[in-house]
Amino acid sequence: MSACVESAVGPVIEVEDLVACYGNQRILDRVSLTVRQGEIMVIMGGSGSGKSTLLRYLLGLRRPDSGAVRIFGKDIARLSSAEWRELRKKMGVSFQGGALFSSMTVGDNVCMPLREHTRLDEKTIRIMSRMKLEVVNLAGFEHLMPAQLSGGMIKRAALARAIVMDPSVLFFDEPSAGLDPVVAADLDRLILRIRDALRVSIVVVTHELESAFAIADRIALLDHGRILMVGSVDEVQRSDNQRVRNLLTRTSEEQVVDVEEYLCRLTEGVE
Amino acid sequence: MAFPVEDKHGFSVITLKGEVDLKNSPDARKVILNNLKKRRHVLVDLSGVEYIDSSGVASLVEGLQYARSNDLGFSLVGVSEAAMNVLRLARLDQVFRIYASLEDGLHGGG
Repeated sequence: MSACVESAVGPVIEVEDLVACYGNQRILDRVSLTVRQGEIMVIMGGSGSGKSTLLRYLLGLRRPDSGAVRIFGKDIARLSSAEWRELRKKMGVSFQGGALFSSMTVGDNVCMPLREHTRLDEKTIRIMSRMKLEVVNLAGFEHLMPAQLSGGMIKRAALARAIVMDPSVLFFDEPSAGLDPVVAADLDRLILRIRDALRVSIVVVTHELESAFAIADRIALLDHGRILMVGSVDEVQRSDNQRVRNLLTRTSEEQVVDVEEYLCRLTEGVE
Repeated sequence: MAFPVEDKHGFSVITLKGEVDLKNSPDARKVILNNLKKRRHVLVDLSGVEYIDSSGVASLVEGLQYARSNDLGFSLVGVSEAAMNVLRLARLDQVFRIYASLEDGLHGGG
């Protein structure tokens, strides 16, 4: 699909043996993954597979219990605040609910990263934000408040804000969630256009199979906190791994009952 | 970075080179607007541009808008594929007058 490349400076993102725990619960178990320059990597998995947790670590919102996340070769847990601020300018994020500021107009939401991180002239900032609103087909909506937008429009406004700084890597959390199939397909096409025009690397976390197959160069399948497989759409679709088949056919895992353990869970502490 | 300006056949030919991004696009904007404010027709030569970001493109848009409001010529020449991709994304390839070469731009009247 794309001409994604392992650039001379290495992959854009490298996750190495990442372990993440919430309390005693291990959510990610020695996850390793690379994202190449210009590729769309879709991270898929069922609910509770760890995909949203993995995204939080990629965004530097949590520090690994062990292992490392490197973006452009830099271990993000070891960056100074100034280094992290610089790196963040190269990263765009489109959150699941849009995360637009409800008290700001759409235009001001899109302008915000530029006003915060650059010293560009205000005219330049406004032209840049309007260009991005054109890209996401929201031209003329800049004066509206987020509450006046539909779900699809909120996603597109969030995307305009995510790309306003021309990031080198773009993250999407469940871009199609809550959208009807037509709007979701429009958003998929938009993601592909942006990747092709800007040569940006894109990481998408989703559980939507159709969307994943439409946009992915490679898919990483997460299952119970572990990488089940990483491969092209074709490789994933042809996989004969039963867990992969179950995820693709949405078959729930049949639970094997350990009688001893089950009885223990039911009766422990019961007089 | 200083962007060179040459006087050719009544045009100010402004040459943008290398990477035009947040760091130097304010300089590009300044040189474009300064020449237009002197009532010069402007050709912006992008043939040496390896990368141009939205701030660079926004400077071109502002130049075009100023030129149109003041009956001045403003065209782009030698737009590289990378730059064209960025223009196309926001359909700006349909907004700018674009010439394949400087020669064409000079003969095309800006």
